[in-house]
Amino acid sequence: MIPAGFDYHAPRTLADAIKLLGDLGPDARLLAGGHSLLPMMKLRFAEPAHLVDLGKIPELRGIAQVGNEIHIGAMTTEHDLLRSALLAEKVPLLVEGTSWIADPQVRYKGTIGGDISHGDPGNDHPALMLALDASFALKGPRGERVVKADGYFLGLYSTLLEPGEILTQIRIPLPAAGTGWSYQKLKRKTGDFATAATAVLLQMKGNSVAKVGIGLTNLAPTALKARAAEDYLVGKAIDERALTEAARLAMSICDPMQDQRGDAAYKTAMCGEMTRRALAAAHARASKS
Amino acid sequence: MAKTYKVAFKLNGKDVAAEVEPRELLIYTLREKLAHTGSHIGCETTHCGACTVDVDGMSVKACTVLTVQCDGSQLLTVEGLEQGGVLHALQQAFHEEHGLQCGYCTPGMLTRAYRLLQENPNPTEHDIRYGISGNLCRCTGYQNIVKAVQSAARKLAATAAKAA
Repeated sequence: MIPAGFDYHAPRTLADAIKLLGDLGPDARLLAGGHSLLPMMKLRFAEPAHLVDLGKIPELRGIAQVGNEIHIGAMTTEHDLLRSALLAEKVPLLVEGTSWIADPQVRYKGTIGGDISHGDPGNDHPALMLALDASFALKGPRGERVVKADGYFLGLYSTLLEPGEILTQIRIPLPAAGTGWSYQKLKRKTGDFATAATAVLLQMKGNSVAKVGIGLTNLAPTALKARAAEDYLVGKAIDERALTEAARLAMSICDPMQDQRGDAAYKTAMCGEMTRRALAAAHARASKS
Repeated sequence: MAKTYKVAFKLNGKDVAAEVEPRELLIYTLREKLAHTGSHIGCETTHCGACTVDVDGMSVKACTVLTVQCDGSQLLTVEGLEQGGVLHALQQAFHEEHGLQCGYCTPGMLTRAYRLLQENPNPTEHDIRYGISGNLCRCTGYQNIVKAVQSAARKLAATAAKAA
């Protein structure tokens, strides 16, 4: 279980990291928390010639409110997210989702940026980001661009991130006061990826849905935004009929791979159940005024 | 021969250094170069937690950290828990509460529980079970491990109250 040989670089600033990445070219990989990449390297599924460790760049860590957004440095660890009073107050969906990721040791090292950039449909942050309507700041030799989470995930291990670019920051619009939330994740045991999981952010106006974001984990080659279910729910009350129809619409876009967690039909059915539960839980937490 | 780096860090309070290739995993440096064999290799795939050590106040699985990442860090392994011939309250509690049978997972359990109590000196049973969920034990069924951590937490709190 020893990775193939590589050279190691630990830049101290983001500018140095971008320059290094450009100089080293396509044989270089970024090392964030290392809890997806290092296991892949130990299994020799990945054999980069160079690792550029982002762990020594302080400017890539931290959580702050900036205007109407929460900004999170890409190298902020899952552990940091869980212990953030700001997030607990303003974006509890992210904290609840993070609490389901892997195990304590992995959460001390694993980072939100690494989880998002890896492009693994089993990772939990992509669906959370879709539900939260987040944006990502990507920096490269030609400057910075900001892209929406919706559209960022292209396929298995494939995202909008270009070679030479680094995901530096996650930007989350502040949910309105009284917004309900829930992340429902079915998994076989601690540390496992989801069999199926659904993230919901729900804003009510009286008894009807004003705004809803729904993200699905591990139910297709990428995280999915359940757009049809979202569109259907707006203006409706959250009752048995609406839950059933929203779950049906979410299930209709699932295309999961059969694996040891179950076959496609089972996973799709579990998506329906997680979606129902997440909507019901978010509805219970949402203010109805 | 691949390029090597000299990595220096504090291990249980002592300055140590090792010459390593970047690909060397921390658990191998600890066990094979620094003769600290308390931390065990269980699964070597980031699942079991037998290799858990403390790096800069974080519980990490030493099979999934590169030694080069630890340059300048402060490390604590199970060997560093006992002080001056006296077992740490956690070690004493694992002994008293039968928190182990074969003992293979114990060094990882102890270092993980150490950090858990540093962050949360008065954990509930749920806090403990959630907090050690990255450490597998195939003998005890966890019940006595939970009891041991609870017992150690009580003793440490009593000692702290006495000192105050």
